[in-house]
Amino acid sequence: MARRAFPISVATWAGAAVAGLVLVVIALPLGAVLLRADASSGLGPADWAAVRFTIWQALLSAAISVGVAIPVARALARREFRGRRALIALMGAPFILPVIVAVLGLLAVFGRQGGISAALRFLGLPELEIYGWQGVVLAHVFFNLPLAVRLILQGWLAIPAERFRLAATLGFTSRDIARHMERPMLRNVAPGAFLVIFLISTTSFAVALTLGGGPRATTVELAIYQAFLFEFDLGRAALLGLVQVGICVVAGALVIWGTKPNIAGTGLDQPVARWDAQTPAARILDAVLISAATLFLLLPLLAVVTRGAGAIAGLPPAIWAAALRSIVLSLVTATLSVGLALPMAILIARGRARGLLETIGALSIAVSPLVIGTGLFLILRPVVSPTGAALPITGLVNALAALPFVLRALVPGVEQAEAGYGRLALSLGLNGPQYLRHVLLPRLRRPLGFGAGLAAALAMGDLGVITLFAAPQQGTLPLEMYRLMGAYRTNDAAGAALLLLTLSLGVFWIFDRGGRVNAAT
Amino acid sequence: MLRLEGISLGFDGFTLAVDLDLPKGGRLAVLGASGGGKTTLLSVIAGFLMSDRGRIWIDGVDVTEAPVPDRPLSILFQEGNLFPHLTAFDNVALGLRPDLRLDEEARTRVDETLLQVGLAGVSTRKPGDLSGGQRSRVALARMLLRNQPLALLDEPFAALDPGLRAEMMALVADLCDATGLTLVMVSHDLRDAERLCDALILMQDGRIVTHGTMADLMANPPDTLKHWL
Repeated sequence: MARRAFPISVATWAGAAVAGLVLVVIALPLGAVLLRADASSGLGPADWAAVRFTIWQALLSAAISVGVAIPVARALARREFRGRRALIALMGAPFILPVIVAVLGLLAVFGRQGGISAALRFLGLPELEIYGWQGVVLAHVFFNLPLAVRLILQGWLAIPAERFRLAATLGFTSRDIARHMERPMLRNVAPGAFLVIFLISTTSFAVALTLGGGPRATTVELAIYQAFLFEFDLGRAALLGLVQVGICVVAGALVIWGTKPNIAGTGLDQPVARWDAQTPAARILDAVLISAATLFLLLPLLAVVTRGAGAIAGLPPAIWAAALRSIVLSLVTATLSVGLALPMAILIARGRARGLLETIGALSIAVSPLVIGTGLFLILRPVVSPTGAALPITGLVNALAALPFVLRALVPGVEQAEAGYGRLALSLGLNGPQYLRHVLLPRLRRPLGFGAGLAAALAMGDLGVITLFAAPQQGTLPLEMYRLMGAYRTNDAAGAALLLLTLSLGVFWIFDRGGRVNAAT
Repeated sequence: MLRLEGISLGFDGFTLAVDLDLPKGGRLAVLGASGGGKTTLLSVIAGFLMSDRGRIWIDGVDVTEAPVPDRPLSILFQEGNLFPHLTAFDNVALGLRPDLRLDEEARTRVDETLLQVGLAGVSTRKPGDLSGGQRSRVALARMLLRNQPLALLDEPFAALDPGLRAEMMALVADLCDATGLTLVMVSHDLRDAERLCDALILMQDGRIVTHGTMADLMANPPDTLKHWL
């Protein structure tokens, strides 16, 4: 096969070096976990319960998310209304929403002091119990329902509009459309969505930390944390880390196996006219579904805003200091993540060892941040105080966690730039820094801004590895907020939640917006 | 057979304004540049778009307000004609029963129609295993099986190579001759139109700027048609 001549070879070396670095930074902690794992005693009953709960709650969360998303996505696919685009955009927000903020919002709506429980009390019914498996599943559905809706909506919109027109001329009823068009699409799309959500739900440490716990609602990651902080049983923590890696590898393999390319063809990214869905009953059903999904997403966020607005000005200085640490951390993470991703993206776009590089880029999905953190703790403990290195380690682990998403944003842009301008640049003798400056960077402003914003927002809201390392008075804003919630300082926690929400959305907006200004593409 | 009287439809700064009369068994080509209103005209006839004014008659019946499934017509699109999870047989059978509950007589009719379009040996294959020409034939077979008096063709063979396209045009012409089908075909290509149709309209900015029999227009092409030759 003919190989393309590329303008700069230094990028090849840089990409290979970065990929090697990423591999080492993930493999070393994994190796440390492997060596330290205390396999002699095996897993105890509590550990097996954690394994069972991790899988069970992830299955339930994925099933409910996808099950609810199907009718909501169908309603969105076949209805045009004011605010539709804004609603679909809002469904992308949970990805960058700090877990702890969402949890506070869910508590405000579904907790004992929330409106739903008040209504149930008024009706003489028992209140909702949000702590435990119910809360874990509820939070996972809150985070993943929008993702499922977006994935399935894409499937619906990928059915060519002509096929719906054809169905109308053939006299298809709603049942015929479901049988011949919707179910085949769902058979393609829904398993992938289910498995992605299953994978996400097996690694959402912060949800289990805040809403789970106890013998009946402890995930493997929460068990690692408890072995670390409460029992300081590093051997057991490491063993559980290996179990977690096993769960993620299996779930990740299932995602790759279960996500099929869409066979339905291409269509327009707009609602499709449906002649079978014009009955008043269908219209009312769709309106109810869209309204319910919107309220489910918006009410917790509105609760965070309304409760936090009055409290934000009175936040103690320690919270503002934590906010400053979080801002620095998110900026460092964004820089590091983009700095790692760009050379790798160039190498991937050039097709050299693409599969290997993509696997390395996605390793942080299989080896979860908490496991990497556990390994780094084991490596660093004999050398330096882990608490002293809390912020650099958190930044590094967050950058690795964001790497798959930043790569996904960058690679298509690099491919496009190289395909369009690579040969021209070669003929003009542009190489190294000139190629980067004149060809790549102007065309990558958008994905660079988006990727950096994503990494910054994820780091801003992260409540994972920092919990293993941070000493008192050294916490990030999410950790301080968690501590406030644990101390029942609800007013301060509400203020901190609003501050964290503003900062997370703010850093994402600034980077994303910055990337769009004067972008070449 | 097809009559459009004072049809008018406006949206997004575009206005379609058409009067048309097509006799039974007539084959009309609708020619024009992109954005001229060809597909909009087909959509109005099929009922995908409702006109603001005017009336539409098909086979003597006023269908102006009729919903899509109630209009006596079949339609072939450029894409999306086949359901990828169904076999060629089932794709054709949808023309008889969308729920695919077929009795022996219906199954025989499907087999006969597949034979009619030269697809006897591929009935169990799915669209992904068929060639472009075979896929077009499956869609055509379903249209025949529907047995509606009017067929609308929205550039259904545009993606095929010239040889295959000519072959499909010839097949459609033979089938029209055999069944007396009335046909309206949107096209970008005057040669395709000439192969299949006996009348032509040229559309520009939503209006018919040239209208006549194919023989007359080809013998004495007006200025509007000259650059299509």
